[in-house]
Amino acid sequence: SSNEKSNQSNRKIDKLLIANRGEIACRIMRTAKRLGIQTVAVYSDADRHSLHVKSADEAVRIGPPPARSSYLNSSSIIEAAVRTGAQAIHPGYGFLSENADFAQLCENEGFTFVGPPASAIREMGDKSASKRIMGAAGVPLVPGYHGHEQDIDVMKSEADKIGYPVLIKPTHGGGGKGMRIVESPKEFVDAFLGAQREAAASFGVNTILLEKYITRPRHIEVQVFGDKQGNVVYLYERDCSVQRRHQKIIEEAPAPDIMSDFRSRLGQAAVSAAKAVGYHNAGTVEFIVDTLSGEFYFMEMNTRLQVEHPVTEMIVGQDLVEWQIRVANGESLPLGQSQIPISGLNWCFHYSFLLIFCSSIALSKDQNTLDMYGMPLKPGYMLKMWQGDFCQQQEFFSISVLFQSLKLVCFCNKNSRNALSLQEISQFCISVRVETGVEEGDTVSMHYDPMIAKLVVWGENRAAALVKLKDSLSKFQVAGLPTNIEFLYKLANHKAFENSELETHFIDHFKDDLFVNPNDSVSAESAYDSAKHSAALVAACICEKEHTLLKKNPPGGLSVWYTHPPFRPNHQATRTIELDWENEYHDNNNSQNLTLSITYLPNGNYLIKTGENGLPDVEVTVTHLGEHDFRVEADGLSKNVNLACYFKDESEHIHIWHGLEHHQFKQKVGIDLLDNLESHQHRNRSHDSGSHPPGTVSAPMAGLVVKVLVKNGMKVEEGQPMLVMEAMKMEHVLKAPTSGLVSGLQVTPGQQVSDNTVLFNVKAV
Amino acid sequence: ISSTQTMYSSNRGYGTQPQGHNVLPDGIDRTSDSFIRNSKEMESVISQLHSRINQVTQGGGAAAIKRHKSRNKLLPRERIDRLLDSSSSFLELSQNFQIISLESYDKQQSLANVVSSSSSSVHFFYIQFKLAGHELYEECLPSGGIITGIGPIHGKLCMFIANDATVKGGTYYPITVKKHLRAQEIAAKCRLPCIYLVDSGGAFLPKQADVFPDKDNFGRVFYNQALMSSEGIPQIALVLGSCTAGGAYIPAMADESVMVKGNGTIFLAGPPLVKAATGEEVSSEDLGGADVHCKISGVSDYLAQDELHALCIGRNIVKNLHMAGNEGVNSNLQGMISDYKEPLYDVKELQSIAPTDLKQSFDIRSLIARIVDGSEFDEFKQLYGTTLVTGFGRILGQPVGIIGNNGVLFCESALKGAHFIELCSQRNIPLVFLQNITGFMVGSKSEANGIAKAGAKMVMAVSCAKVPKITIVVGGSFGAGNYAMCGRAYSPDFMFFWPNARIGVMGGAQAAGVMSEIEKSKKKKEGIQWSKEDEEKSKAKFVEAYDKESSAYYSTARLWDDGVIDPADTRKILGLCISASNNRTPEPTTFGVFRM
Repeated sequence: SSNEKSNQSNRKIDKLLIANRGEIACRIMRTAKRLGIQTVAVYSDADRHSLHVKSADEAVRIGPPPARSSYLNSSSIIEAAVRTGAQAIHPGYGFLSENADFAQLCENEGFTFVGPPASAIREMGDKSASKRIMGAAGVPLVPGYHGHEQDIDVMKSEADKIGYPVLIKPTHGGGGKGMRIVESPKEFVDAFLGAQREAAASFGVNTILLEKYITRPRHIEVQVFGDKQGNVVYLYERDCSVQRRHQKIIEEAPAPDIMSDFRSRLGQAAVSAAKAVGYHNAGTVEFIVDTLSGEFYFMEMNTRLQVEHPVTEMIVGQDLVEWQIRVANGESLPLGQSQIPISGLNWCFHYSFLLIFCSSIALSKDQNTLDMYGMPLKPGYMLKMWQGDFCQQQEFFSISVLFQSLKLVCFCNKNSRNALSLQEISQFCISVRVETGVEEGDTVSMHYDPMIAKLVVWGENRAAALVKLKDSLSKFQVAGLPTNIEFLYKLANHKAFENSELETHFIDHFKDDLFVNPNDSVSAESAYDSAKHSAALVAACICEKEHTLLKKNPPGGLSVWYTHPPFRPNHQATRTIELDWENEYHDNNNSQNLTLSITYLPNGNYLIKTGENGLPDVEVTVTHLGEHDFRVEADGLSKNVNLACYFKDESEHIHIWHGLEHHQFKQKVGIDLLDNLESHQHRNRSHDSGSHPPGTVSAPMAGLVVKVLVKNGMKVEEGQPMLVMEAMKMEHVLKAPTSGLVSGLQVTPGQQVSDNTVLFNVKAV
Repeated sequence: ISSTQTMYSSNRGYGTQPQGHNVLPDGIDRTSDSFIRNSKEMESVISQLHSRINQVTQGGGAAAIKRHKSRNKLLPRERIDRLLDSSSSFLELSQNFQIISLESYDKQQSLANVVSSSSSSVHFFYIQFKLAGHELYEECLPSGGIITGIGPIHGKLCMFIANDATVKGGTYYPITVKKHLRAQEIAAKCRLPCIYLVDSGGAFLPKQADVFPDKDNFGRVFYNQALMSSEGIPQIALVLGSCTAGGAYIPAMADESVMVKGNGTIFLAGPPLVKAATGEEVSSEDLGGADVHCKISGVSDYLAQDELHALCIGRNIVKNLHMAGNEGVNSNLQGMISDYKEPLYDVKELQSIAPTDLKQSFDIRSLIARIVDGSEFDEFKQLYGTTLVTGFGRILGQPVGIIGNNGVLFCESALKGAHFIELCSQRNIPLVFLQNITGFMVGSKSEANGIAKAGAKMVMAVSCAKVPKITIVVGGSFGAGNYAMCGRAYSPDFMFFWPNARIGVMGGAQAAGVMSEIEKSKKKKEGIQWSKEDEEKSKAKFVEAYDKESSAYYSTARLWDDGVIDPADTRKILGLCISASNNRTPEPTTFGVFRM
């Protein structure tokens, strides 16, 4: 049997199982197919119809939606590999990719793990251990304390030795969870205890390490690659300094404004780090660069192919997934260090890298799923502060709930006259690359990472890449989910970003420029004007689209009755469209009602009155190009307009894009839609007749009851924690709405509750 | 033409005719004085028409509209717009200004009535009397206080009958009743489901004598509902406002009815009358509100939360009608062409073709060229009876037979007309009459030729033809010409007037001439000398009266037609009318005895 195994390991991979989902699964399959390797996808019930399942030669169901029962379920994945006869398993990123036990299991079961050796994963996974190893290997480390002694007084004196500001960091976990920056000695104790508590709650281990906090740091990471023969090369660096709460938002390669000897010192350090743990396959060594002193220090090593690997691929012109497979097959590295085109860097080839996410999940990821994933999907955080800064807790809930059932409606446009589909973008020019695991109409599941797509652009120099980046961003059209596209657009347009003033506090420094400030009345006014204009265009496009549909398929075959414009004897047909503008300047994100009166002119144009003083009536000519696409002329200016519509909560949601503008409107369901939704609506009507009595607390969303802290009949104070729920991968503490006696408590820990379930009642006494 | 014919005749044989052979020429000289004069005069006539309609569509005026809207109600045309399939056409009928003469009843009495009824729930007492002439009180009743018309719901054509509560509280004046009955007549003939949008205070009490007792008065509304229902033509009532006394029977007689909570009430007697009669004090909502009728009495079937909800239920009822097996030709759309061509010439020029001075003649073909698809018209019997033009064409893809006047009717023209009507009846082709007729030829030669016999044949044919008939009066409509060309008495499915059109037993001048001849001989017998001056005065008075009574607006205000239309809309309206008439199942025609 051992003979058989060794035979197997000598065989080249001809069938590869990808133990992942979404864009990375699709990405790996693309390379595998090019190499003639058969692909096997695995999927949970939530992903039955996903793109990665459709793209694979074979696909195996591995369990119910929760990741721990499917994508984190090692034995199901091994079973799937056995069943399909795959010889190798690629873990992608996230999920089991940095799980040493899984890597070990694969090897034990006779499968090639397309990734580093289990031992390297294990050693780099423990931050304290990894630093010790790095220190021994001569890789520069941030001054700090990584000892076992966790006594508060010892820690305090160590902190004093390092000098403030000091960073307190849990040894396990990641993603900024439990991190604290201490500016002065007197803040230390509180911060330390808080970090311990958070670490214990999130990772189950409360050991803490201390580090010097670098005030003006840049984050630069080096892509390394090793083979099983012990060769390690570096593929240059990526700058990921633009972060929010330690989470990356945009990455670029090569890092701007660094000298070539610094670059090679950095690369050498990364290679030493990899060699110190006997590394092979793809990895990333992260460094922090002190912009004041010019020193760099080792931070951590990511023992996987990173989500941002395409940025490096674009500058070196290599397919890193192919490298991974070749190394896993036992081949030597395809290129030696000297063959990797460093000369290209001198021409200043630049690539920018962006991630586009649904922001609501980004928010929910804050809490505790990081260990479960093995690795935090870092960009998931990026909008966290934004939401936290301006949104009430309540709104967060509503956004998340929205997310659960929403479909991704318009995801770039099929019609090539304006926005391009992802594939089209990829094919049109190799300088723009879009990676995604979803298609228009897909549901983005609440169970997994919310990333919708990655956008990578290439330019001859940084400025050219930035121009392309902005252009590509303006062509991304996502409806049905909140995204960070607009934020990214503002970021890419920012002067300081253009000037490469990169450091990790970039977003904090410029947050006034990057986020919407609801108190800015000038911007609010101009946003309102532009929304009114957009609403007029929406109205005209709706009418025109209706007309083309009716012309193609007149109800009852009565084409005579559906001519354009609709006929009225001796007067012109008019109609009213009411749109609620989703106004981000408005208090609490309330929507604002816009009433549009449309007159069908005899020449087929639409005369639109916004019913507002100051805005003149506008005559709009519309040509319907394709399903979502229109060419619109208003006031002598003609341009492309794209619409996306979907239904939710008895309203039609309409997105419009024209030029750089994007607005979102809601239309109350009109008479026609009521026809379809009637029964549904009536059901709802009967629902809200019985609102809950005061003092009732109901589940803010569907989720799992984790802890029940009170009993019926207990006396509680207002604000006292009553019950802990886990939902959307985070814990929510439900508190007593008033002081009084608990009654009607029916749930028990471990119970799944649905949205709006009554949990308990507090009666005032 | 002759050169083209020669060119083709050599190799044509007996095959199909070459394409384009049937395309009518433009037929107008844009540099002619008459064209220029007509254009100018019609421009003012049309703008007058549009300003009248603009006034009419304001309903009962700004104050009444404000009051109406404050009750969370939509205006009748808005209600219809929201019931209709969106972006669909609506053929509104008899929308024009109505002038009601109140000369027949005493002003004092009417005011007394108005005041006494002010305690009821209706609001028709806001009446402004205007002194419009000596000893004659007139008041305006925009659109007659009721909006009627045809349009599709879920691709099914329906007849809409909507009270305008901003006009005298939606009460029924005699003209209101007439308009309501006319809409029902069309619905019955075309088998269109009727949607009643009820918001009315019932009969206008001061005019009860002209509203209540006669055959074609208020009671006929319910009689029609019953008969249509028995024939399987759906009757649907949406109670959006009050529905008092007689009005209560509209929803009660309907197949299905919807009531709006709060606004809709149905009762035979309102709270004041109940109190007077029985002493019971009750609110109108408790007496006949939606809850009472939908939950307890069963007078109504669907309870709507608000007006929009009611309209939505209304649409849904139509969606579920199906009417399987009852559909007319529209359901299989036989002979329809969906990608029809537009006329080659500008339809706007119809405004310049129509003469404001009816003494001018024009070639009806230049008009036909602007209403038929691709201006293609296959003329029948082109060389015979040339004062009547007959032939086949299509309007918005639908086949039609067209009969138009090109001068006075002679024996031959009448025979040709009768022949053509027979053809169309046999083939079930809808007929379009384009009236511009001063009458049949008079004189000894004509009489000797049997013009009366020939005319009778055409009248017989017109009367008996069971195919859809649509009449457009584009110029004059005089004497027996009106009969032969399917005037109102011949029950065309639809009849419209151009604003320049005139109707009468004869022209004012002719009538004045006849009358003065009679008067003169009478006076002569009595030995009275009639001065030339007096004779002229008497003639002028006659002409004036005839002029007033023969105008299109005089006609339409009395519902002698289904509306005054912009000539440029003729093609569209004909298209809609043909489509609506084709909704019924074709019937075979049996003619009476033709005098030979």
